[in-house]
Amino acid sequence: MTAARNLRAIISYLKLPEDGEPYLEGWRCDVCGEIYLESRSACSHCLARNRLSGVRLSNSGKIYNWTIVYRNFPGVAVPFVSVIVDLDGGGTVKGNLIGVEPVPASIRFDMPVKTLFQSIEKTDSAGNVYIGYCFAPADPTQSKDDRK
Amino acid sequence: MSDVYIVGSDMTHFGRYPEKNVPMIGAEAAQLALEDAGLSIADMQALYCGNQLEAKAMSGQRILQLIGQTGIPVVNCANACATGATALREGWIAIKAGLYDLVLCVGVEQMGKGLLGGLAAPNGIPIEGLLGSGTMPAVFAMVGMEHARKYGTTAEQFARVSVKNHYHSKFNPKAMYQTEASLEEVMSAEMIAYPNTKLMCSVNVDGSAAIVLASEKKARELGLMRRAVRIRASTLTSDPYSKRDLVMHDFNACTRLAASQAYEMAGVGPEDLDLVELHDCFATAEIVHYENLGLCGEGRGGELLDSGATYNGGKIPVNVSGGLLSKGHPLGATGIANLCEVVSHLRGEGGARQVENARIGLTHVVGIGSAASIHILERAGG
Repeated sequence: MTAARNLRAIISYLKLPEDGEPYLEGWRCDVCGEIYLESRSACSHCLARNRLSGVRLSNSGKIYNWTIVYRNFPGVAVPFVSVIVDLDGGGTVKGNLIGVEPVPASIRFDMPVKTLFQSIEKTDSAGNVYIGYCFAPADPTQSKDDRK
Repeated sequence: MSDVYIVGSDMTHFGRYPEKNVPMIGAEAAQLALEDAGLSIADMQALYCGNQLEAKAMSGQRILQLIGQTGIPVVNCANACATGATALREGWIAIKAGLYDLVLCVGVEQMGKGLLGGLAAPNGIPIEGLLGSGTMPAVFAMVGMEHARKYGTTAEQFARVSVKNHYHSKFNPKAMYQTEASLEEVMSAEMIAYPNTKLMCSVNVDGSAAIVLASEKKARELGLMRRAVRIRASTLTSDPYSKRDLVMHDFNACTRLAASQAYEMAGVGPEDLDLVELHDCFATAEIVHYENLGLCGEGRGGELLDSGATYNGGKIPVNVSGGLLSKGHPLGATGIANLCEVVSHLRGEGGARQVENARIGLTHVVGIGSAASIHILERAGG
């Protein structure tokens, strides 16, 4: 792959500052504190208008929910683990969990995870390179089944 | 406001009809329902047509081109898996409003095979499989896993939903499949998204269902009250805000809201129901909806299933049609087909699967976690 003509975020709430590390951006309601992944005209929860402020979401959190996907569309590598992560300090994000065997015994609810930012192998038709994010166990030794 | 009665009700055999198109499939159920009512398209004052996948194609008008172009108003609507129920509810509203005395409601879909859903690429590259999964099997796997998280529900309990509904479908000649599936067969089928195996995912089929609605005055005038079914409640909700719904569709909140409104409107409670057709698009969904509809207490859904209460003959039979898991799930047709099923039982015309002495039944559909519709029906005639 040649040097990226353009480094792009795979999704709008992933930010790539020129002089710093990538991060996930949330929008917090100044009135009720709910956090969204993209801005909106009014808070979905308390209905306050124009009171959302951008916040930097944490790079750590806990698995709220998960599934292992075995069948998908052509071209999508399976199996993979899809997780819902409640980030420390607020915000909930969906992503892939890597660094574990994709079997039920490897994953548990509330497992602590960290956010990783990585470039994606696929480019778009213009050759642009994308940065994505995924999750991995915060403590690799925790990735085995320790429910006893 | 007039009570609204179902005076005609029928559906096509659910199956695969690649040689037909949406209007042809829809026309079939429309004519069946009109015949069931003993009425003609000339008697209908409006048509409400639900179809999801060809929402821009004027399906309702094209159905009329096949069965009679009388110039009546046609409303086409799409609302994901709540499409059929939404169309029917528009007809109910129009009669309630006093605008019409007789309307036709049709739900129709031609599905093809394969996965539904997936995460769209906002721009750039597709994100499905890179930022988790948005396929329907994965979304509904998480619905079950959340229940497992809260209450310890097991993969085997979810699998037993599929065993039950496949068993029920043996007695429904209009179901896609009429074959039983053992627990072992269900659990050893190809895993699609844990814990849902292939036999725990609804079947993509083609089909349509139709209902003729009448005002009370018209139903009496036409002498149709003997087989009529009264609509005691019709509700439709969108998703009230819930904490994780941006990334995890909340199928519970909108269903619970629709249910509480429906019970209030009907003046009945879950204990008054004789049968329920609920939205078992995946096996994981059924147990969750037992609780959402108040058929059992919080966290008791697995237990209710294990007790056998939701089998035909049990305390509260659920999905005696075979459900979406075995009868099949033509998206736009489903929300009317489940009313057709309940109507059959309330009329005492349920054949081999008749729920004994059925007087009150409930139907439920939910689309992408953001549209839920519930109807409560009651036998009207002797």
